[in-house]
This record gives sequence, structure tokens and C-alpha cells, in this order.
Amino acid sequence: MVPFDLLVAVCIGYVIFLFLVAFAAERRADAGRLGWLRSPLVYTLSLSVYCTAWTFYGAVGYAARSGLEFMTIYLGPTIVFVGWWWLLRKLVRIGRAQRITSIADLISSRYGKSNLLAVIVTLLAVVGTTPYIALQLQSVTLSFNVFSAAAVEGWQVPDRTATAFWVAAGLTVFTIVFGTRNLDANERHHGVVTAIAVEAVVKLVALLSVGIFVVWGVAGGAGDILDRIDASPIAEWQGGGGRWAPLIFLSAAAVLTLPRMFQVTVVENSDERHLATASWAFPLYLFLMSLFVLPIAVVGLSTLPAGENPDLYVLTLPLAFDREGLAMLAFLGGFSSATSMVIVAAIAVSTMVSNHIVMPLWLRLRTGGASFSGDVRTVVLRARRFSIAGILLLGYTYYSFTGGTEALAAIGLISFAGLAQVLPSLLGGIFWRGATLKGAAAGLVAGFGLWAYTLFLPSFEGTWLMPAAVLAEGPFGIGLLRPRALLGLDTGDPLVHAMIWSLGVNTLLFVGISLVSFPSPMERLQGAQFVNVFQHSSGPGGWVGGSAAAEDLSVMAQRILGPRQAQALFQEAARAQGKEGNLPDPTPDFIDWLERELSGSVGAAAAHAMVGQITGGAAVSVEDLLAVADETAQIMEYSSRLEAKSRELSETAAQLREANDKLTEISIQKDAFLSQISHELRTPMSSIRAFSEILRDSRELGPAQFQRYASIIHDESLRLTRLLDDLLDLSVLENGQVTLHEEPGNLAEILDGAVTATASMATERPLAIRRERSAENVAIYTDCDRLRQVFINLIGNARKYCDAAAPELRIVVRTTADRIEVDFEDNGSGIPEKQQSIIFEKFARLSDQSAAGSAGLGLAICREIMRNLGGSIAYLDAGSGTTFRLTLPRRHVRHAA
Amino acid sequence: MGKHVLLIEDEPNIIEAIRFILERDGWTVSTHSDGADAVDIVDREGPDIVILDVMLPNRSGYDILRDLRAAEGTAALPVLLLTAKGQSRDREMAETYGASRFMTKPFSNQEVLDSVRDLVAS
Amino acid sequence: MRAAQRRALFLERRSYRRRRLQDAALILPVMAAVLFVMPLVGLGTGPGETGSTRAAGLYFFGVWFLLILAAALLARRLRGVRPTED
Repeated sequence: MVPFDLLVAVCIGYVIFLFLVAFAAERRADAGRLGWLRSPLVYTLSLSVYCTAWTFYGAVGYAARSGLEFMTIYLGPTIVFVGWWWLLRKLVRIGRAQRITSIADLISSRYGKSNLLAVIVTLLAVVGTTPYIALQLQSVTLSFNVFSAAAVEGWQVPDRTATAFWVAAGLTVFTIVFGTRNLDANERHHGVVTAIAVEAVVKLVALLSVGIFVVWGVAGGAGDILDRIDASPIAEWQGGGGRWAPLIFLSAAAVLTLPRMFQVTVVENSDERHLATASWAFPLYLFLMSLFVLPIAVVGLSTLPAGENPDLYVLTLPLAFDREGLAMLAFLGGFSSATSMVIVAAIAVSTMVSNHIVMPLWLRLRTGGASFSGDVRTVVLRARRFSIAGILLLGYTYYSFTGGTEALAAIGLISFAGLAQVLPSLLGGIFWRGATLKGAAAGLVAGFGLWAYTLFLPSFEGTWLMPAAVLAEGPFGIGLLRPRALLGLDTGDPLVHAMIWSLGVNTLLFVGISLVSFPSPMERLQGAQFVNVFQHSSGPGGWVGGSAAAEDLSVMAQRILGPRQAQALFQEAARAQGKEGNLPDPTPDFIDWLERELSGSVGAAAAHAMVGQITGGAAVSVEDLLAVADETAQIMEYSSRLEAKSRELSETAAQLREANDKLTEISIQKDAFLSQISHELRTPMSSIRAFSEILRDSRELGPAQFQRYASIIHDESLRLTRLLDDLLDLSVLENGQVTLHEEPGNLAEILDGAVTATASMATERPLAIRRERSAENVAIYTDCDRLRQVFINLIGNARKYCDAAAPELRIVVRTTADRIEVDFEDNGSGIPEKQQSIIFEKFARLSDQSAAGSAGLGLAICREIMRNLGGSIAYLDAGSGTTFRLTLPRRHVRHAA
Repeated sequence: MGKHVLLIEDEPNIIEAIRFILERDGWTVSTHSDGADAVDIVDREGPDIVILDVMLPNRSGYDILRDLRAAEGTAALPVLLLTAKGQSRDREMAETYGASRFMTKPFSNQEVLDSVRDLVAS
Repeated sequence: MRAAQRRALFLERRSYRRRRLQDAALILPVMAAVLFVMPLVGLGTGPGETGSTRAAGLYFFGVWFLLILAAALLARRLRGVRPTED
């Protein structure tokens, strides 16, 4: 029998040994001689914190009760590690690229560095981990009890809570000493990890030893064991009874989301390549750990009394066969399992608590000080230490309240299910850019709540937290809300039921709300960084071979420069390096040169970033991004300038088109004008020619006829002359080259002259002219001859065109302060509305009927004269008759006075 | 002879000159000076030849010519087209609309007489 | 020239091999999951019958061990692609 003192002494000795190992490892690490500390083997062994006392002792009990089902706890992690290329590689890369310190940090960082999420995950971790720590304390206490029960009378075992207390206290000291010795930016703890690795070996050796002893010492070898299995109560296998696949899934999720597993897998990882080793070595470790579980269970079942607790077969079997040494080894194995789990879990959870709860609170409370910069370090360490102590205290308290109950045994899987709530946000976060903070928060809170309601609280089996009545009838007797058959869904298994509800609703909310919500810029940036971590971060220290880099560079260059040019460039570079073939070595010179070539196409910053990604240089830095942004801004400015240019050009083009249209129009007008002049000149000339030929050729003409034809020739000649005069006059007036002979005059006198000049015109009907002498007596200062010309034209038109039976022309003069208006109103039929607009145009003869001798230039000339005199002429649509209104400025009147 | 010439022209002096020239040669000359009803006048009078001015009040000589050519009775009627514009485009227009002959003002008396004789004889 | 060509061919083959290895690394966990869950679907036990723990245990440990072997082989090969190799 093992004396209790010896047991305690062995424990203390073992712990001191671990202290020394951790201390030595820290010393080596401090000296920079990491060596084997950073070997894949140590990494793999540290992962064994997955195997806690619960698995060390409990697996056998589990197997004794449920047969093969215990394997699911190991098969899940096996799948995850064998599939490292999928997920773990990415997680580790993200962890390194983003300097992730915990799973809460990962989730918070992914979703825009939200502290809210970090707090949620931290709380989840605390709630999920505390019972688990209590479970470890219980297993250590139980194992002590096994020895004390077997001990000689008189060795009174101290009360079980005291044992647990001292274990907890010892672990607190150890964890604080090695877990918070310094603040490493990467949160790596070489001492602890090394100690964990040693403990992993102890665990494995212990369990293997017991297993070998059982198989070949107690039973008669492998064949016998198989026979015993057949003979045991667990000989039948029901295919897992609906729990098999869910449990594999659960353990696979747990190996990713348990804080302590995340700590050793991601945070403590010093080299991504260690994963390659762990991918098979860790499953192998698990394989060996579970190889003898079933044999120990069946041998225990068949050899030990029925009352023995199968959870302690690992200890009680060697003791039953008086192998105290082996039992001691097994005890140390269980002790190792418990302590390693507690230490790592405490470090992981305390990191979260201090980083995401204590520090933010402290910083907020200390708003007053900018002076704390010096002591932040101490504050962090202190927060970390208090957190560790707090967590262990919580675990101890939890244990002292619930310890020893059957409830605690089930806490392992319950804890798994609780932390598995992080899984949707975790997987969604690293594979799906659309995942948002709101989705993650909603999913986590809902999953957490449902897990607590359907699994965690009911696990207390009717304490004040959840009375038995609520379990059986539902809260307030509402059957649909029964925690183990929510909405009537009863799977028969509370764990599976809780998983379906919590993970199902969690995932649905996470995906659904992510789909409908919109991420903040920070979330989108982080999302891209996480999902595309292999494009954004540097290579894992030489994963990408040189030739592969050259190939990738070639592919990228082809995309940017076009295949032919890129190939030519690469061939040239290869020749310059003295290499045959198409791919040059990616020497620094070549890369610089390529970068310059590419920067011609995409800008320097973009080229640098792209080349950097492929050659595995630095990750894209903020400076790179800023430079890219700068270049983009420049390009945008340039393109906006181009846009302005092209707008100018199109405006110019429009103006040119307009000018061209005008020119075309003018050219058409000119053609029409020439055509008109031609017509106006040729018509009188025709008459002149015809009659002069008649006079020349006809001898028999009478004197009257001769006289008539001669006078026609004469009239037509005059008409021609008048036409030419008008044309020249108009041309001079239009070009503004006219010389005005301005002089003082009297409007009445000018009108008199005009009336007299037109009186000689032969007309069929005499035109009566009505004037108001008094109004006409206005002194004016203008070119009186030109004004008279206008009057003559208007009076002449009235004489020619007024079609009334008794033609009458009223001349009305009105004088205002600065203007003189002269209206010429006849009583004819007026000018049709659609022709009113063209009457002032050249050759605008409205009707040829009585227009012989007029070329239609009269009104055009009037308009030009009035313009030159500083006045205007307008046609007034008075309803009846034709009314022209002349307007003259009253200038220089005093000269006239 | 007594063949009938219809002269459609709005310039009184030109009408007088052409009437003199043709009547002296024995033609019967009737005249009309408005474009609007010129086609009706041609139909009513049924002349042997039409002398048509292009620039007429209310309707252009080209339009009148097109109508004449479109109608069965006057499709082959000799039409001597007179214009004072005298641009090459006017000659093309005259050919397009089917003028039998085209003359530019000012014309020679003998030329008018010869043209009328030719057109009626052929 | 011929040597260079052979070398280029070798590089291409190696790069191709590496990609297939990665494919295998991606398929392995799927295979593992299928093999671990398959007995539920029809291997060993149907809905009405019950299998023996002995047979199922041998099957699972066998599959498990083979998976570890496969993973070890893959990991070695994937690690084997080193930049320094020439």
C-alpha cells in the first residue's frame, strides 16, 4: 500500500520536477537557444492537453458503460488533424498574421475587432471551462481517495475539498509563475509548453503501462482480451445509437474551439510546418491513448467487484493486483492530465479575461491618466495573475458546491457543446467574407442561451438553478418549453437535442443575419484578411519553392502585361542570368526589375504589393495600401482631367458643328441670293433684248409701236439701274460702311418731301394720305435724306399694294422723352401672318402681281437704314390693314433747336 | 398656219415681246400669268405648244410641268421652259421634269421662234 | 539544352505532384469522416441487428491506424517540397 505521505511527496516531487523542466526551458528560450523547444515533437505533445483527467480516467469508465462510444472523443480530433490542410493551416496562418492571442481575440478580430464579441466568447469560455476545471480537481481528489481508501487504518485522508483546495492553490502558483512570467507579444510560453510536453509523455507512458499490464499481465494477451470483450456486458454494438456521428462532430468542434486547444494549437505554434507533423503524430498519440481503454474496461469489469467505480479502473486495477509502483505511475498520469489541462486552460481563459474584460474596464476607469504608459505592462501582468487565480478559485468553488455528484462526470461533453457554439462564427469567419459582426453576435448569444437552457442548467439535475419541476413540466408548466424537449422535439438524448437546438439556431441566425446586415469597413477589411490569409500574409518560411515563385510571377506578369510580352520579358531575364528555358531564378535583382516593369502598368505600390505577395516578402502593409490608394487617387484625378478634356473637345466639336451648320445655311442663302439677283437682272434684260431685236429686225413697225417699244427698253433700263443702286445701297448699309450725313431737320418737312416724291407714281386708285401736322412738327437730328428714303419706300408700298377700294394711309407721329414713333397705317387687307416674318428679308416680294419694277429690296433697305440711324422698323399686326412702325431715338434735339 | 401657242409668263413686257414675235410669224398666241390655274388653262385651251416661265406667282413652272407630264392628254405636249435663273441646276431640273426644250433669259427672238417651230413640227 | 529541358520537365512534374498531394490532403479528412461514420449506414449493423463491439472495435482501430499512416506519408511529402531543393 502507498502511504499517503509518500503520495503527497511524490506529487510534490513531480511538481518540483515540472518546475525545473519549465524553468530550464525558459532559460534556454531566453538565451535564444530554442532548439528542440521548438521541435514538432514538443508541439505535438503539447496538443495532448486535449486528454484531460476526464479522458485519462473517464474514458475507461465511459467504455465500461457505453462500449466503443468513448472513441468518438478521439475520432473527431483525428479528422480535424488529418485534415489540417483544410482548416488548421489557415487558422495557424491567421493566428500568426494577426497576432491572435486567444479564440476570443480571433473572433473579435475577424469581426472588425469588436470587443463585444470578445466579451461574449470570453464569458462562454469561462462558463464552459470552470466546470471542467472543477472536474479535474475532482479527479485528482478521487484518485487521492483511491489510495487513502486502500491505505492502512489511521491514515486519515484530509477532507476532499481540502485536497482540491491545495491542488488548486498549487496549480495557481505554477500557472502564475510560468504563465505570466513575462509578456510575450506572441503569447508563447516555452516553459509551460515544455512542462506540458513532459506531462504528455508521463500520461502516455502511464496509460500504456497499465494497458500492457492488463493485457499481458492480467489477461492472456490480445486474443484473450477480444474474447473477454465478447463476454462482457458491452459486447454488443448498436452503431452508436444516434449519438455516434454527433459526438464525432462535437469532439471535432471542441478540438478547434476549446480555449486550451486553441492556445496550444494556434497561439503557441511557433512554426506552421509543425502542423504537418502533428497532423499524423497527434492522431497517433490519441490512438495510443485509447488503444488500451477497452481492454482495461473489460478486464476491470470482469475481475473487479461490481461496486467499483469504472472511472477509476486505471488506478484500482494495478492496486487490486498489488502493483503499487504501476498504480503510482497511473496516478501520476492522471495527475499530469489534470494539471496540464488546468494550467493551459487557466492561461488561455485568463488571457481572454484580462485582455477583453479587465483591461478595457481598467482603461475606462483610468480615463484621467495619460501617465500610465509606463505601468501598463505591470497592470496587464497583474490582471493576468488575478484572472488565473480567479478562474481556479471559480473552479474550486464550483467543485466544492457540486463535487462528487454524478452531474460533474457529464460536464465534459456539456462543456464541449458550450464551446462548440463558437464554431459557426469561427468557420464562417475564415471561409466566408459575408459573415458579419451582427450575425456572429446573434448566433453566439442565441446558441449560448439555448445551450445553457437545454443542456447546462438541466445538468444540475434540479437544483435551484433549474428546479426539477421545470425539467419535467417546462417553466410555468408550459410543456413546449421543456428544456429537454424544446417545442416538442424529443430526440431521446439530451445532448443531441441540445446540439440540434443550440448549434442549429446559432448557425441559422449567424448566416441569416449576416446575409441581411451590412459589415463595417473594418469588418470587411478584416474579413478579407482572414478569408484570403494565404494571399495576404507571408509564406510559411519557405513553403513556396523558388521555381514555384518564378512560375507564379510569370502567371501574374502575363495577366498584367499580356502573355506575349511577359514571356518575352522572362525569357530575356533568363538569358541574362545565363539560364536556358523560360523561367529565370527569382533573384532580388530580377524581382526588383520585374516590379519596375509591372509598375509601369499598375503603379509602383500595386506592383510592389503584388510581387511581395508572391515572393513571400512582407505582407501587404498599411503603407502599401496607402500608396495604392494614393496612386488610385492620382489615376482618378488624371482620368477626371481627361474627362474634362474630352468634354471640352466635344463642346468644341459641337461649336464647330454649329458654325458649319451656319456656314452651310449662309452658303445656301448666298446661292438663293445670287439666284434671286440673277433672276431680277435677267428679267429686265430679257425685255430689253427682245424689244431691241424687234426694233433692229423689223422695218415695218409703225411710229407708235416704235415709240412704245423704245420706252419699254428705257423703263427696263431704269429698272436695272434702280436694282443695281438698291443692291449697292443695301450692301453698303449691311456692312455698316454707310456715311451718315446727320443734320438738324423737321419731321414734317421730311414727310412732305417723301409724299411729293411718291405723288408722281402712277396708280390705278389714288391714295389718300391723312396726316396730323401739329404732331409732325418735331425737330430731329439725323440723316434726313436717308429717313426720307424710308418714308418714300413705305408710302410707295402703300400706293402699290394697298388693295382697298379707297386706299388711305394714316401717318401718326408720337413723341416721347427719348423716342419718336412714326406709324404708317393703310386700310388694305394687310400681310398674311405667315409672311410677316419674312417681309424685311431681301427679295421678299410677297406677290409678283403688281410688283413689276420692284425687286423686293425696299423693306430690307428700310430696315438697314433704320438700324444705321439707331432706330428700328417693325410690322404691327393691328388686325386690319398694314401698319409699319418706325422708331427713332430723340438724339441731339438741342442742336436742332 | 394658225397654230396655237400658250404663253404662261408673268412679266408683261416679256409677254408683249414674245406675242409680237410669234404673231408676226403667224401663230395664235394666248397668254396666262398665274401659276395656280395654269394646268387647267392648258387643258381648256389645248394649245399646240406651251411656253412656260419657271418663276410664276403662286406656283412654280416645274410643278406645272410635272402635272402636265403626268396627265395623259398633255404628256407629249411640247413645252418650252423659260427661266431667268440660268444656273446649271435649273437645266438639270428642266430635264428631270420633262421639258421639251429649255431656254435661259435673256433669249434671242430668233431662237424662240426656231424652237417653237421645231417643237411643233416634230 | 537537352539537360535544361529535362530539368524544366522535372520541375513541372514536381509542381504537378505537389498539387495532387494537396488534393490528397484535402480528400483525406473527408475519407476519414466517411469511414468513421459509414458503419452507421450499413457496414456492420443494419437498423434491426446489432454488431459486435469486437468487430467494430477492430474495424475502427484498423481504419484509424491506416489514416494515421496515410497522413504521415502525406505530411512527409508535403514537407518535402522545400525551397532549397534543387
